[in-house]
Amino acid sequence: MQEINVQYVAELARIRLTEEEETRFGGQLSQILEYVDKLNQLDVEGIDPMTHAVPLVNVTRKDEVQPSLSNELALKNAPASLNGLFKVPKIVE
Amino acid sequence: MEYEIVIGLETHVQLKTRSKMWCGCVNQFGGEPNTHVCPVCLGFPGVLPVANEEALRLTVLTGMLLNCGLPKRAKFDRKNYFYPDASKNYQITQYDLPSTLKGCVEFESENKTCRVGITRAHLEEDVGKSSHFDRVSGVDFNRAGVPLLEIVSEPEITSVQMASDYLNELKTILIYGGISDCDMEKGMVRCDLNLSTRPVGQKELGKKVEIKNMNSFSGARKALTYEMNRQIKVLRNGGALIQETRRWDDAEGMTHSMRSKEMAHDYRYLPEPDLMPFEPETAWYDSIRESVVELPLARKRRYMKDYGLPPKDTETLVSNPSLAGYFEKAAEHSKKPKAVANLILNNLRACMSESNHSVDDLKIQPTHIHELVQLVDSGKINSRIAQEVFNAVYESGKSPQGIVEEKGLAQVSDSSTIDAFCDEVIKANPKSVEDFQAGKQNALNFLKGQVMRLSKGKANPALVGQVLEKRILNP
Amino acid sequence: MDKSIHAFLSINKQGVLDQAEKADREIAEKGLSADRPLLGIPIAIKDVLAEKGAPLTCGSRLLRDFVSPYDATVVTQLKNAGALTFGRLNMDEFAMGSSTENSSVGPTCNPWDYSRIPGGSSGGSAASVVADECIASLGSDTGGSIRQPASLCGCVGLKPTYGRVSRYGLVAFASSLDQVGCNTKTVSDAATMLGVISGYDKRDSTSVPRSVPEYSAALQSSIKGMKIGLPKEYFVEGMQPEVASSIRQAVEKLEELGAEIVEVSLPHTEYAVACYYIIATAEASTNLARFDGIRYGYRVDGKNPFELYCATRGSGFGEEVKRRIILGTYVLSSGYYDAYYLKAQKVRSLIAGDFTKVFETVDALVTPTSPTTAWKLGEKMDDPLQMYLSDVCTLSSNLAGNCGISIPCGFTDNPTLPIGLQLLGPPFSEETLLKIAGDFEQATDWHCRKPVINNAGA
Repeated sequence: MQEINVQYVAELARIRLTEEEETRFGGQLSQILEYVDKLNQLDVEGIDPMTHAVPLVNVTRKDEVQPSLSNELALKNAPASLNGLFKVPKIVE
Repeated sequence: MEYEIVIGLETHVQLKTRSKMWCGCVNQFGGEPNTHVCPVCLGFPGVLPVANEEALRLTVLTGMLLNCGLPKRAKFDRKNYFYPDASKNYQITQYDLPSTLKGCVEFESENKTCRVGITRAHLEEDVGKSSHFDRVSGVDFNRAGVPLLEIVSEPEITSVQMASDYLNELKTILIYGGISDCDMEKGMVRCDLNLSTRPVGQKELGKKVEIKNMNSFSGARKALTYEMNRQIKVLRNGGALIQETRRWDDAEGMTHSMRSKEMAHDYRYLPEPDLMPFEPETAWYDSIRESVVELPLARKRRYMKDYGLPPKDTETLVSNPSLAGYFEKAAEHSKKPKAVANLILNNLRACMSESNHSVDDLKIQPTHIHELVQLVDSGKINSRIAQEVFNAVYESGKSPQGIVEEKGLAQVSDSSTIDAFCDEVIKANPKSVEDFQAGKQNALNFLKGQVMRLSKGKANPALVGQVLEKRILNP
Repeated sequence: MDKSIHAFLSINKQGVLDQAEKADREIAEKGLSADRPLLGIPIAIKDVLAEKGAPLTCGSRLLRDFVSPYDATVVTQLKNAGALTFGRLNMDEFAMGSSTENSSVGPTCNPWDYSRIPGGSSGGSAASVVADECIASLGSDTGGSIRQPASLCGCVGLKPTYGRVSRYGLVAFASSLDQVGCNTKTVSDAATMLGVISGYDKRDSTSVPRSVPEYSAALQSSIKGMKIGLPKEYFVEGMQPEVASSIRQAVEKLEELGAEIVEVSLPHTEYAVACYYIIATAEASTNLARFDGIRYGYRVDGKNPFELYCATRGSGFGEEVKRRIILGTYVLSSGYYDAYYLKAQKVRSLIAGDFTKVFETVDALVTPTSPTTAWKLGEKMDDPLQMYLSDVCTLSSNLAGNCGISIPCGFTDNPTLPIGLQLLGPPFSEETLLKIAGDFEQATDWHCRKPVINNAGA
């Protein structure tokens, strides 16, 4: 059975789980990981990984300036703002 | 036991593009907070990045200037970490397939030519900027998404001076190539320092200490010096160093261990699914190669060889590419390149700094400098008058010849006029005449000065000396 | 009416009246024009596509108050075509789910039986079309999210080729799999909608620069002589017998219409679900990192940013989203990347290769859309793996980037529930799919059957 350290991974993903969720997810995720283990039946030696569904390359845009949002519109959905900034709890380095 | 240090540097440079890396917001320093932002650089739901072709071009050009290999294939990846200044909580960067490969920088340090390997230069995006208040912080995303080039050196730098010279050379190269304005005050260049210490003769590197986010070269120098001394002291006292990240406190002048509770980094890199890979064509590389400029070191060597300039002067010129370009135009047809350089380095720079002009603002043209040097060289004006003419040309942009004629500043070499001035001065200063006759050389200088004053500076100083001497000693 | 099935999250009443008035005036003044094929036609939009000034919640508590400052490219295209965009449709939170039960504001019900799910994640998109609450709707399809609800509710669901329709303004679930498409009442409407939303978009680097054909014209021609493959792997164990028999009858119908049916094999199909759930969750874990309560959205404060993130995301995301983010974070984390993510990407190549190979011999594939009809609300909520396995017929085409369409092909008797037929084609073969689907629709009347909608509320 594949064990997954749910607490550690949830912290990496910045998601607080209740103890009950942690236990339940642990069981469900182990089950899913066990299922996906079937990929190991396949020999993928020499197969290129597929990252994109279309084979495009060299997609760029011209270096041209487009209008920006106003400060008001930028902050309109912000839960908290301060002097035109997005307000956050104190960042301690 | 003797110890030696090994330094590696990661330099982040903002690229000189009009717009940001993934969106059309202006790439411009300053502005009211959160006014150079749009849904894309704010990481709003549903937006997609599209790569700025000019940023890719500048990256490849940098690679060429740093003698880097160029890949057949490059791509972008997501580097995942949560931080309030990261608008998507991942940074788009080039992880395993950067746009440039290994290269090197050559520069002079402590009278030697040094070469430091470049591991890679890769393209990524800048993050927003946090301000800290009493109890809260605030984030401005104007800078978020500005194209940022990270230039990683090999750990091949062996002294603080060498690190400093490397950084300055790199900066000059980037300014030369038009890659970045490298304005430190605007945060366009920042660097991370890696320093380790080991006993001389030991092969393996010591424990690597990383000092992040230095925003001035002088700060970097101080931090490296402090850290070197600290590490050597720890080792001398029989202590052990650990691999860690330290923070430089400029006010205290020390580094501090960052023992934050933050969990170990696990960036979970993955290929950016929203951006397609790059498979540059040879023709594209060739077109960029046309923008490759002469590197500062090569230019320095050329100035010393072709113009006979002393190392100090060449350095000053070369470190300022626009001034160097100005110099080359002025010196192009001059027989006295050294005199041209002097005028530029002394007079021109002084006037520019006083009036806060840049080379582009100047009324005085390189040909004017050349002409002025010719006027002095041919004896048309003396070097003191040249100063006055220079100032007038600087102000007006009129030709030196024109100024000389307009103001009647041509040197007086006519012997009867000079004789008359000399006679007048000899008559008026019998004491000095006596002193000179008694062998006091200074007295002659005084008398010469009086003649020059009488001629309003226009008399040919060499001629004045000769006439005075002849008249006083053989009356 | 919507009280019964709860397809809509919000409706812009004033906005739609104004738009309708304008459309009336335009029709009166200029008449209808080919440039404005949707003039005055009410189209509803899955709440995952940005529409300027409208809420964009993605069915999530985290975005419950978010109002978009910009239009998705497809929304601009709809507006330019004259459509009335008037309402936002319910969905599984961030398009993660197969039943619309993962919406933070409660599920949408199947118009044929309110005690059953409408499929997902675009449950609102399919249900609203079937319940005649709109003419057509936009949805998104990452693993079957347009086609499976179409099948379970009984309408047409079209997932275009990856890169055919711009993703700009589509809130990403799994960027390399997501594609915008539509639910419609008829194949001909699907052709019209596709014509409007297709095309290259410079804001989307994965958008393919390729001209847009006259899709409606494709419907004129016949499927006579076409070769259609029947992939044996899609007739899976546990398939509902009525589904299997309806598909068999549909296949016979296609043969009658002149198509040649051949059995084909897509040998890596059994690995698709595993492959899909690794890739989709990995991409989702990073796509959804931006929902942190800093720049927008719901916030639970904390004494430092770390605490704020954990609290906001812990209570702002629903259970399925949290489960998938954690799975995705895990498969990308140090030490596991190669074993899971890289491996899955390689398997994805094999799956895509199966399709490339098979499309060398056939024009399209015919399969069931879903192995079962709509199940009861709550039935699979405690078993995420079973829920994932229900997408087995649809998600391979997302992995490969192909196009697909689901059309009604039958009903179960008791209770009366729709069954969907899926047609899959190689990249940019939408015309072929529309042609087959159109011929089938002409020859059958499944699409004419309507559920009785009562207004009493579920």
